[in-house]
Parts: sequence; structure tokens; C-alpha cells
Amino acid sequence: MQPIKKIESRTVVLVNKDIDTDQIIPARFLTTTQREGLGAHAFAEWRFDKNGELRSDFVLNTAAAADCKVLVAGDNFGCGSSREHAPWALLDFGIEAVISTSMADIFRSNALKNGLLPIVVDENTHQFLISHPGIDVTVDVAARELRFDAQVIEFELDDFSQYCLLNGVDELGYLLEQQASIEAWENERS
Amino acid sequence: MTTSRQPRTLYEKIWDEHIVVPQTEHNPAVLYIDLHLIHEVTSPQAFSVLRSRGLRVRRPDKTLATLDHSTPTKADLLYSNMPPGPAREQVKTLIANCEEFGVPIYDLTSQHRGIVHVIGPEVGATQPGKTIVCGDSHTSTHGAFGALAFGIGTTEVGHVFATQSLLQRKSRTLAINVEGALRPGVTAKDLVLAIIGNIGVGGGTGHVIEFRGAAIEQMSMDSRMTVCNMSIEAGARAGLIAPDDTTFDYLHGRPQAPEGSEWEKAVQRWRDLVTDTDAHFDKSVTIDANAVAPMITYGTNPGMVIPIDGVVPENGGDKAFNQALAYMALEANRPLLGKPVNVVFVGSCTNSRISDLREVADVLKGRKVADAVRMLVVPGSQATKKQAEAEGLDKIFISAGAEWRESGCSMCLGMNGDNVGAGEYSVSTSNRNFEGRQGVGARTFLASPATAAAAAVTGVITDPRTLA
Ligand code: SF4
Repeated sequence: MQPIKKIESRTVVLVNKDIDTDQIIPARFLTTTQREGLGAHAFAEWRFDKNGELRSDFVLNTAAAADCKVLVAGDNFGCGSSREHAPWALLDFGIEAVISTSMADIFRSNALKNGLLPIVVDENTHQFLISHPGIDVTVDVAARELRFDAQVIEFELDDFSQYCLLNGVDELGYLLEQQASIEAWENERS
Repeated sequence: MTTSRQPRTLYEKIWDEHIVVPQTEHNPAVLYIDLHLIHEVTSPQAFSVLRSRGLRVRRPDKTLATLDHSTPTKADLLYSNMPPGPAREQVKTLIANCEEFGVPIYDLTSQHRGIVHVIGPEVGATQPGKTIVCGDSHTSTHGAFGALAFGIGTTEVGHVFATQSLLQRKSRTLAINVEGALRPGVTAKDLVLAIIGNIGVGGGTGHVIEFRGAAIEQMSMDSRMTVCNMSIEAGARAGLIAPDDTTFDYLHGRPQAPEGSEWEKAVQRWRDLVTDTDAHFDKSVTIDANAVAPMITYGTNPGMVIPIDGVVPENGGDKAFNQALAYMALEANRPLLGKPVNVVFVGSCTNSRISDLREVADVLKGRKVADAVRMLVVPGSQATKKQAEAEGLDKIFISAGAEWRESGCSMCLGMNGDNVGAGEYSVSTSNRNFEGRQGVGARTFLASPATAAAAAVTGVITDPRTLA
């Protein structure tokens, strides 16, 4: 994983609540044995019409959304299936941070492990961001701050995940260092 | 012996028992995993990580693989006849990976194969007090046995492969007390849909739910599994039910359950797996089982649910709500009863066990599936299929005009070619009515097996209690 210190981008807004991982990446694209290339199918049901053409009325297809790395979405983002294909698809599509009032547990955990930042903000901040699509924001991982329009909002990010993000460390490496304890635990109980 | 220990919840007892390295202010805990279930969709990338880093599966003996998500349910398409394409590649990849890493697998020819959350309990691998994970959100199902069971992502599948452990932070706890008794004709599925309708699809986020109370204690294991299965639909990390004699009776004699004196010792241990009196839950909700009716969803998430004789609610200007109704092509303030349906699906890890199939057979016996309806009955496992056939249920399904299939996830997520067509309405015993879940443009009503069967024979949404 690459270290992630800061994300600077305009936002794109998807107001829907309870966006589930079946919307982020529909099941029919899960037969892959790779993690690359899923961005082409991100939000497939909403981005494409029956004939497979891009729907010009869907916000992610608009010119304003091009190159946006920060997605602002409605409450309870990422609910449903545990598929890690969801953060893989978002990252491959170019999204590096998602902002919402709440995030489903498994999605949040999957996102952090792949360097996609799940940012939970309060109602007021959320409302402001929803009503100002395209605003320039900065996500500062070291400071755990979301900055826009002269506002500074702190967001929650546990120390361990922050350390992993800032240093590009993956959790597997950390777990492998605990082997001795794991072995001792196993021996004690068998 | 007396201990001055603080009273603990069931969740806390299992958690404490599996801590390899405790959680600190900075670092998550290292939690030991007793059983790792895997399937073809969420494992290939994790095996690739092992390979690229020169690692092995640490405990193949605590790992169990099955094929379910992308496998065909038509017998003539199974085995070596699986049509070429990415699904076949995925199946072959899992078989090859299991061989390379020494992981036991119930492959396409195995008697034990089936939906991962159906077979774990069926073979007795799911046991009280265990920590159980799978790259699948409905791992919560196994919580019905008093096991701490939760879904993980593929990166974590790799972590468990390599270390048999996970980095975890402790969850908050939510007690759902279900008082009273379910009325006749009302099932576990109706109860869990009512609970999700009550607390909302995000109501359990960050929490482990413990289902408690008289109505839960009276339930069979099949019903408890249905309830825990859908905990994730309320956003919960896991669902739990304290083990009791019902649990032990279910497990006794299953292939992977302890035997002889080991069994006695295990049961003695398991009896301690209850929440202590006075233990603290972060949140509590009480549900009156007597007030629950057969439930059915009308929208595009499982929280959008009403009693079957209710009307579709209205929610003024809420854009997402209106989008859901538009997707379903339904209008507010109208009943669902009498609405024609195109497809009925009985299956999925929520409702594909033998008791579910018996309920459906009870309705179908001596009746016909309505002409305009296509009905699919997909058992949760090959063993369930065999049992159903031994009881003659298959003959009832087939002579009523339903299709009787091999086990698998099938129309629950429409990965294997079993789909609901665009714009079609299905009544489904599965767990998710998300847009496109059962096929592009498919419109799903989630309900119990009895309600699904009632819709199949009448061709319209029907209160199963009105079919005598
Ligand atoms: S039956 Fe459906 S919910 Fe259950 S494991 Fe299969 S796809 Fe997932």
C-alpha cells in the first residue's frame, strides 16, 4: 500500500441513504479472481442504461464529477454484503475518500485496509457538503482533519489505522510480527 | 469457588476467551479465530497474497471451503459440465487453491456441499463459544449457536489464512429482548423483518446484538439461524443467541461435534455461555412477539417493511424513499395484498433449511403454482436436499409445478444465472431486496417461506394465514 498523507479534490455528491455494496459493485461482476479493473463496473446499475450506454443524467457521469476523488454520500454508506470488491471498485474508479454521517462496519474496515478513507461527519457538516457539491476539500490524514471553505472538521480515525495509512504499512505485516504470541496462545489451549 | 469478576455479556465472555494480544488505546486486539469458512468469491485474491508473500495457511485444520455463490443449481450444468466462463474459472481456482494449501473443501461432488452458512452448522463445525469468520456478511448466522461469528473482507481472509487471527476492536452491545410468543402463522423471518423495521438498517451499526427473551428461547435452531442471519441487515457486526438444550440437541451426533466424554465436557463448558445477570448492554430494545404479523418488504432495503395486510407508507419529500418506490413501481398508501408476482424464490442462507422446505411443502401440497408464476425451490445444502427427498418434499414441489434444484446461493444474488428478469416482481425468502440484487431491474419482496408459498399458489401477494 502507498502511504497516504493528504487528499485534495473537489467533491461529488450522491445524496442517497443506505447505499449498499450491491450498488457499488453488482454481484455479476464478482466472478473475477483479481482485484483490478472493477472501476469500470462501479455503480453499474446507475451509471449505465439498459443498452450499456452512460446515463448523462447520473451525477458520476457528469463533467463536474470528472477527477473528483472525494465522494459525499447519504447516511449508512456501504451497508450489505462484505465484498471488498466495493472499495476496490471505488478506488479503481478514482474515489479516494467517502464522506457520510455513518458507514457500515465491514465496509469501513475494508476501506481502511485498501487506503480508501471513510470519513464520518456530523449532520450539519454533512448538510453543508451535500448542498455545496463540487466544493474543494482537503483530507489531512496526519491531522485527522477535513478542511473546506475556511472550516476545519476533525474526523475520527484510530491511531493504528492512521499509522498504517501514513506509512503505507499493511496490517498483515503487523499481525505476522505477533506470531510468537499466537503460537503461545495455541499451545496453552491445546 | 467465588469470583469477584464483573458480570459479563455472552459477547464479552467469548471475546475475552479469544484474546491473544489485548486491545490498547492505540492498537486493536489480536483475536484468535477457531473456524474460518471460505467460498469461491471472496477468497481468490487472499490466496494470491499468500502466494506472493511466500506464506502458508497456518491452520488448514481450522479452515473449511465450500462452493456456493457462483455454482449452477441445475444438475446438468454442475460438475464437469459447468459452462466455460469466469464462474467456472472461479470454482476451479478455489479447488486448486485448496489443493495447493491443504485446505479441506466440500467440492462439487461432495455430499456436504452447500451454502457456507447452512453447512457449517449441519456438519457440526459451528459450535458454541467459537469465533467464526467468513468473507461473507451473513456469517452472523452462526451466532444462533452462541458463537461469535462475523463477516470479514478479503484482506482479512488473508490475515486469517496467514495467522489464524484478526485485528479487532471490541464492539458495543445491543440486547434485543423478544417477549411473549409468536402467534400462529408468524415465523422467525417475520420477527427479524419486524426487528429491522423497528431499529432500521443502520440500527445495529457498531454493535453485536444478543437476541434474548421467551420467544427466542422457544425457537428451533433453524429459526434462530434465520434471526441471526439477518442481524447484518440491521448493520450489526454479529448476532448472538445463548446456547441451551435446543442447541446441544441439534449438535449432538453431527460429524464434527465432540463425541463421548468430550461431548459431556463440551456441554458443561457451553452451559456457562450465557450473559450474567446484571451484565451491562450499551443499548436495549424490547419487542413484543405477540404483536408481530407476517411481514413483507416493499422497498429496496430490508428496513422498508410492513405487515402483509398493511399499506405502503409515504415519506413526503424523501428523495431516496421516492426513488425506492419508483424502482419498485409501487404507490404510497396502497396495499400489497393482491399484487401479482412473477417469480417466487425459496432459498438462501436465511430460509433454505429443512423446516423452511417443510413449511413450503405444507402450502403446496395438493395445490398448483399459479400459471403466471415461476417458482424455484433451492435447498441450502446437498444434505438438506437429500433429507427433503427422503421426506418426499421434492415430489410435492415438482407436482405443484415448482423447479427443484441443487443447493447454492442461486437467486439470492443472481450470480449463477438464476435471475429475476428486469421489471419482474419476486417474492423471495432471501435477505436482500437491494436494487438489482436478484438481477438487473428485478423487484424483490422479502418474506417468509409460508408467505412465498402462498404467493406462488395464488399468483398474488397473499396473507399465508388466509390459506387454510
Ligand atoms: S445465500 Fe445469499 S446471502 Fe447467503 S451466502 Fe449466499 S449469496 Fe450470501
